[in-house]
Formats: sequence, C-alpha cells, structure tokens
Amino acid sequence: MNKVTFSEDLCKGCGLCASVCPKKIIALDREKLNKKGYHPAGITDQSKCIACAMCATICPDVVIKVEKE
Amino acid sequence: MVVFDRPKSLSPVPFHYCPGCTHGIVHRLVAEALDELDICGKAVGIAPVGCSVFAYNYFECDMIEAAHGRAPAVATGVKRTHPDNIVFTYQGDGDLAAIGTAETVHVGARGENITIIFINNCIYGMTGGQMAPTTLPGQVTTTSPYGRDRRIQGSPIHVCEMLSTLDGVAYAERVAVNTVPNIKKAKKAIVKAFQNQIDKKGLSIVEVLSTCPTNWGMTPEAALKWVETDMIPFYPLGVYKDTDVKLLNPTSTKEGN
Amino acid sequence: MAKKVLMKGNEAIAEAAIKSGCLYFFGYPITPQTEISEYMAKRMPKVGGLCLQAESEISAINMVMGAAASGTRCLTSSSSPGVSLKSEGISYIVGCDLPCVIVNVQRGGPGLGGIQPSQQDYYQATKANGHGDEQIIVLAPASVQEMAQLTSEAFDLADIYRMPAMILADGALGQMMEPVDFELTSKREIPEKTWATNGTEGKRPKNIINSLYMNPNDLEDSIIARYKRYDEVAEKETKYEEYKCDDADIVIVSYGITARICKTAIAAARAKGIKVGLLRPITLWPYPKKPLLKLADSAKHFLVVELNMGQMVDDVKVATECKKPVSFFGRTGGVIPSPADVLAEIEKIAGGLN
Repeated sequence: MNKVTFSEDLCKGCGLCASVCPKKIIALDREKLNKKGYHPAGITDQSKCIACAMCATICPDVVIKVEKE
Repeated sequence: MVVFDRPKSLSPVPFHYCPGCTHGIVHRLVAEALDELDICGKAVGIAPVGCSVFAYNYFECDMIEAAHGRAPAVATGVKRTHPDNIVFTYQGDGDLAAIGTAETVHVGARGENITIIFINNCIYGMTGGQMAPTTLPGQVTTTSPYGRDRRIQGSPIHVCEMLSTLDGVAYAERVAVNTVPNIKKAKKAIVKAFQNQIDKKGLSIVEVLSTCPTNWGMTPEAALKWVETDMIPFYPLGVYKDTDVKLLNPTSTKEGN
Repeated sequence: MAKKVLMKGNEAIAEAAIKSGCLYFFGYPITPQTEISEYMAKRMPKVGGLCLQAESEISAINMVMGAAASGTRCLTSSSSPGVSLKSEGISYIVGCDLPCVIVNVQRGGPGLGGIQPSQQDYYQATKANGHGDEQIIVLAPASVQEMAQLTSEAFDLADIYRMPAMILADGALGQMMEPVDFELTSKREIPEKTWATNGTEGKRPKNIINSLYMNPNDLEDSIIARYKRYDEVAEKETKYEEYKCDDADIVIVSYGITARICKTAIAAARAKGIKVGLLRPITLWPYPKKPLLKLADSAKHFLVVELNMGQMVDDVKVATECKKPVSFFGRTGGVIPSPADVLAEIEKIAGGLN
C-alpha cells in the first residue's frame, strides 16, 4: 500500500494539500492541535492513495513524505 | 520506493513563513535543484531583507544575509572572487524591483554568471503588506489603501521583460507556483537557471509569481486562485530570454583576462 | 637602499594594496580619488586581479562585502559623498565581522561641496560611519609613503580584528607625488578565515555571514564581543607621532596633510624661541588618548589644527581631560592654511602664555 506520512508539527493547517488531492483523502484534523496550534492535515483513507504526491508538491512547509509500494 | 521527500539541501527546520505562503515551495525547489545538480557544497546563497531574510537558516549551503536590494552586488563580490562557486540570490519584489533596481539592472548588464530567484508576490510581505513596484493596478495594500492608482503611484514593473533587453542576461523566465503543474514547470526553470551558471552562460533569473495570503487578506487556497485570475494575466508566464551570452567574466587570478 | 618610486598618493595606495595581496578592487569614479580606480584598471589585469567599476558606491561596498565574506582581501575607495553612500554597507560589514579596506580621499563638503582637499569627514569616519554601535579602524596618512605603508597595515589590521579599516586621506595627499618605498609593507600573522562563505565542499558545516539577530540578547552579546575587540585594538594598535613635544609649552594636535604644514610652522616658531611641538595621530580610531593625557602635564596649551571646523577638538579635550586650554585653528571648504597662518596662531597663543 502506498504510504504518505505527515511531519505533523511542521504543518500550519493551510489546507493546500487537501485542495489538490485528486482522491479527496486529505483533511485537517479538527479534533487535534499540533505543537504550533494548527489543525494538522492527515490522510483519511490511505488505501485510496495513488502516491501521485500532488499533496507534497503543493505543501509550502515540506510536511509530506510519499512512498510508493 | 520514496516518491517524495525533503531535499537534503533544505535544512531540517520549520519555516517561519505564514501558513500557505508559497515561499516554502520555492525554497524546496531551489534545494531540489541543488541536490539534483549536486552543487550544494559549491553553493553560496545570498538572501537580502524581506520575508526570506531568514533563508540563511533554511539552506545547507553557505549563506549570506545582504542589505535590502544589494544581494546582486554581494553575489558579484562572491562570484568574481570564487568563479567556481555556484552563487544564487533569493530576493523579493520590493528588494529586487524597488531599492535594488540599479543592482538588478547592472548585474544583468554585466552578465554576471549567477542565478537569481525572484519572488514576485505584488507586495512587501515582511513589513506588513505595503505596495510594491509589482503591486497590480487597483490592488489594495496598506500604502495603496484605495487601490493602486497609476496616476499617483505609477505602474508595475515587468522585471523579466525589462531584463530580457539586457545583453548580459542569458535566461529570464517567469513561472508560478500556484498549481501542481505550474510548480513542476517552475522546478524545471530553476534547475535550468542553475545549470546555466554551471555552463557559464551569463545571468539567469527566474521570476516566481508567489502568494502572500496574510497581507492579501485571503485564505491560502484563495490566494493561489488570485495568482491565476489576477497575477498571471498581468504577468504572463513564459520564457523571455534563453541564450548563451558566452560573456565569460574575466574573474579571478586563475583566469586573468 | 630600497628602490624608491615617484608616485601619486592615490596610486601609492593602489600599488600597496596589490602588494598586500589584495587582487580585488570595486570602485566608482569621484574626484579626487579616481586615479585609484584608473591605476587598478591598468594594473589588476596584469597581476591576475580584478578591477570592477560598480554602478554606484553603494553597489561597490556591497561587492566588497561579498568578496570579504568569501574570505578574500578586497578594497574600495571613494571620496566624501561616495563614502556617505557606503555607510549602510559599512555598517553591515561591521555587523558581519568582515575585514576590508575602505579609502576616503576627502574633498570639501557638505553636499557636493568642492573637490579641494579637506578633513571634514573626521566625525563620519571616527564617530558615525554607519548606523549602530560600531567603529572602524581609521588610519590617517600624512605622506605618500604613509599612503602606501598604512594601506598595507590596514589589510593586516582588518584581517586580524575582522573589521573594516579606513584610510582617511585627502585630495592633496591623493594628488601629490613623492618617492615611495614599497618594501616597508606590513607582514603580520593573519588568522585563517574559517568563517568564510566559499562553499562547504561537503567538508564542513555551512558558514553564515549575517548581521541580523532577532533575539536582542544575542545582538547585544555580539556587540559586546565586538567592543572587547575594539579595546584590544586600542590597546595594541594605537599609532601616533610625537614631534618636539618633550619641552613643548604649546602642543599642536594635527593629522594628515595639516600636520606637515604645522611642522613647518613649528620650525619657524622654534627659531623665534617658542617651544612648540606636535602630536600627530596616525590612528584616528583608536584615538591616541594616553600620550595626550601625559602631555597635559607638561604642555600649557593645546592647539588643534584641521581642515574643518574643529571636529577633533572635543577628542583632544576628552583625552587631556581639559587639564589645559584647547584652542582651534583651521580652514575648511577646501581652503588650505599656510605655515605662516599657523605660525601667527602659535605666536598669538605664546603671547598669551607669557
């Protein structure tokens, strides 16, 4: 399975990753705050991830690492 | 198999930039270029005053923090004395197109063999959103509160077009980082701008249309759209110059002249 | 006897710089120092160096900052208005702890002023060459030989103490010709520039040249550390000449071209039985306070002679702790007093003393 990891504490909750994900499987975690006090972005359904890395490409804070199986 | 990861030339530290500010994307593209061309060990980056003044914390190569507008001159001093180093400046629009205009024009006129990464976000970011030379007509900023009026505050400067008229400029391209496809094109341009320096082609400048969500008063996503709807029509993307100036500056003791 | 060359002051500076291993000059035309650029333009290509004319004095000083940051000896020169343009760059260079040499061949000011010689940039050089708590070493030659000698010493001082060193000359010294012996150039132990930004080559952590400290305590610490270095410079590098001061009732305090005028006046005054001497500061920063304080015990009167409105008077009063009266004589705007003018002033003071 493709793996997308977020360095959660670098995230500023800008939401750009969610806006470009073709599979719409990224969302800000409204229940949680990271060290900076932002709602960190995260994957909602890892199984649908096609490892296109569009999320990582648009992320201004290099939060996202993408691995293809 | 890792498809995407933090480039080695990018220091493992958080950016201070505002949420959604695309400075961070351009930093990553520059670092990827340094990695791919394997020049981080030779690189010397110069970042002057502006939001990117802290760039010395973000790149793994030697860095210099320069006075506002003077990075091209500092870069000239480094490059002329160390021609084998890969020297780049990373400047904002207030820096490059206002106070540093003379340095910008003359580093181009001299055909200095360096790489300029020029961030155009139509505003002075660090100081809180003032009008910049690139502020669009009608655009509201803290020093054009009624919208930029050409009769009072003049018209924006098209830097790539201006510099492409200078013989010493080998490569001038305007790109944007507001969409994934645009980011990929921007990456190519930045790598090319560094490759040009390796090949001693003369001055290379990449003008990157970038966002400033905080001072534009928009969400990060809306800011990316504003680049598409307002900035790109005014600042058309594309290659404005692509030649080999072959202006090998007579530089150091080794080469004499 | 070493070979002497008849040379203009400006050119002596340029040649001395090259002989001190400075192969990078960044200039801009301005009277009365332009010969430095012209000389460098001819000589540098022959010695594998670079003479680059920038688009402004501002750009030139920032080119110097880049060259200095990469660990390279470099020089820029200008004259009064041009040096004003460089002041922000100088402050950055100080804030980044970078060595370089800056020449100011002074002309009349303020504003466009005039092109005749002057010493009207004394305050600027020694008190306010840029914003912030900072000093630069200021050396004042009084002959074409010293133009060469002090330039050579300036490069060593700048490298040793990691700060700019300024040659504060004037249009007369720049334009006049005198024999010069270049063998006397300074040869001191220079520390390795491990801090330079010339590429890590993957062999060391990155170097950062920067004067920005967002944390005020860090900024303060950096300034305090610099001021400790300034104390060391003052302790070890203060230079001056004492001329016939041992029995002097009147001590003239004057530097540069005016010190020579005063020596002629001193000879004439001595011939008339007036015991007058000269203390000539060679480093204007650090200022020779100690010898002046000592002289305040023996001398009865201090006469400051300058080509300005008395910019050094306060320094003499401070140095002598106002133990004795300090008066001033000078001309400005580019007017140069004659020895006779200085003699008349000496006689006036001597008259008052008896």
